[in-house]
Amino acid sequence: MSDYYQSLSSRVQQRLQGRIGRCGVALGELTVEVPKAHLLEVCRVLRDEPEFACEQLIDLCGLDYSAYGNGGWSGPRYAVAYHLLSVHRNHRIRLKVFTDGEVPLVDSVVSIWSSANWYEREAFDLFGIVFEGHPDLRRILTDYGFVGHPFRKDFPVSGNVEMRYDPDKGRVVYQPVSIEPRDMIPRVIRHDHRYVTPEVPVAQGGK
Amino acid sequence: MAEIRNFTLNFGPQHPAAHGVLRLVLEMDGEVIQRADPHIGLLHRATEKLAEQRHYVQNLPYMDRLDYVSMMSNEHAYCMAIEKMLGIEVPERGQYIRVMFDEITRILNHLLWIGSHALDVGAMTMFLYAFREREDLMDCYEAVSGARLHAAYYRPGGVYRDLPDRMPSYDTKATKWNSEASLKVRNENRQGSLLDFIEDFTNRFPGYVDEYETLLTDNRIWKQRTVGIGVVSPERALQMGFTGPMLRGSGVAWDLRKKQPYEVYDKLAFDIPVGSNGDSYDRYLVRIEEFRQSNRIIKQCVNWLRKNPGPVMVDDHKVAPPPRAEMKQDMEALIHHFKLFSEGISLPEGEAYAAVEHPKGEFGIYLVSDGANKPYRMKIRAPGFAHLSGLDEMVRGHMLADVVTVIGTQDIVFGEIDR
Repeated sequence: MSDYYQSLSSRVQQRLQGRIGRCGVALGELTVEVPKAHLLEVCRVLRDEPEFACEQLIDLCGLDYSAYGNGGWSGPRYAVAYHLLSVHRNHRIRLKVFTDGEVPLVDSVVSIWSSANWYEREAFDLFGIVFEGHPDLRRILTDYGFVGHPFRKDFPVSGNVEMRYDPDKGRVVYQPVSIEPRDMIPRVIRHDHRYVTPEVPVAQGGK
Repeated sequence: MAEIRNFTLNFGPQHPAAHGVLRLVLEMDGEVIQRADPHIGLLHRATEKLAEQRHYVQNLPYMDRLDYVSMMSNEHAYCMAIEKMLGIEVPERGQYIRVMFDEITRILNHLLWIGSHALDVGAMTMFLYAFREREDLMDCYEAVSGARLHAAYYRPGGVYRDLPDRMPSYDTKATKWNSEASLKVRNENRQGSLLDFIEDFTNRFPGYVDEYETLLTDNRIWKQRTVGIGVVSPERALQMGFTGPMLRGSGVAWDLRKKQPYEVYDKLAFDIPVGSNGDSYDRYLVRIEEFRQSNRIIKQCVNWLRKNPGPVMVDDHKVAPPPRAEMKQDMEALIHHFKLFSEGISLPEGEAYAAVEHPKGEFGIYLVSDGANKPYRMKIRAPGFAHLSGLDEMVRGHMLADVVTVIGTQDIVFGEIDR
């Protein structure tokens, strides 16, 4: 299985030389980093060429790396991960596009895969990543009139506002949230021997 | 001449056919749909954000609450993602138990689907029939996990405990509502172990499926309501990210259990039903056949499980808690237990995507870990999300009443769509 992904990895590298960043197999999965500028071109190649034939965009999601490794992250803050599936070739490819800035921008892939429509709306809603060329980039999961992008790491878990019924005004009102977020279990990153898994040769790629 | 304008209709979120909290804004020309705009998120609980605040085992019960009619399948994908990153292998008996319960879950899910779908279209009896069988299967859930719905039975490294030797039975004392004779009948198949009970169920179940088919398959009204409704071509189904019965109904033979087998699916014999027209009726036939195939898989698992006792959980106390008896004597075991339930397990840095063939389609978990005891990011790939995004295309040009059929055929559950 992993041999297959190794060869797929080298085929992808060969075909898309100069247009992709890092490309490697880990845990039996192929991850390809794509610079923002080449995203659409790479996606078209992966979808249309029979060698890759990724007809399906299974998943698309945003990521916010600002708190990664307890603040040890130096790369661009946001990323979008695309999970492609080829039904004919029976393989999966993960693409990752990094983006940054006040308004993080990525090209929309709706023209390539229709399923991207709602996934991109979701990533916009939750992370504020703007997909250029999306036909209808609206919020999808949060409430009408919601402010902020809740899955960003600087957005508190308990939110900013809470809602209650005001008997005097006779309607529902929003007010600043009154609960303190609690962290029952501290987040720890251990670097001791317990969690150092023996280096799995990439040829086996774990399981 | 009077001006003709399209009419906008608000459907849901409080509508019995909306399967929960779907709000649809429909643009109608007379009774014909011009555009459907689903508004989702009314059940959004930010599961993925909550998961970032809790350690890995604490997150497990959240999985039950995603697609709350196929609980164990959700847990399965989550456990598989963790196991993939830790590089651990579940003992074979654990794998068989998981596969057996995955298929029980598939039947549970399809029973609810057929009940509510037929009810929406106008066949009341189906709902009663389907819930009769669901009752037995929920008892199986209860027997292994203590809960009828939110089981939290699968754990990273295996399943929480082995199958019970005794199937719980009804109280034998007569009450105002149940006579002793009726209780005796109800307890008849509960005298042995859980496996006996499941085997008895698998023997009865094909007969029940025949009953459903008698009611629906050749039913004129059923066919009028489903044949040719919500037709999806295989190309469009792939484009829109459809998976599971929605994809197979369109004629694409794709099933992760066959194509990318996980656990012990490659050792079991079963077939993948495929439709040809891609309409609601074909998807109905596909799911009906899945009933029979799941039943077949369960039978094989029961046979294997009877013959092969063994561990159901990995013997690595960094991942799985030590047995309670051991904890009373061994200091090491006590420390392990304490650390496991206070701090949890830490995953090595990296990312993994694990997917299972969920009753509704491909259910995947994408985990990103930075080496901590909590996920850095967890993305839940819910099959229903992609299906519902294709609703607009599926209902265009159909009548209002067909929207209900299409929602039914998509097998929508909001727990997983809104997450």
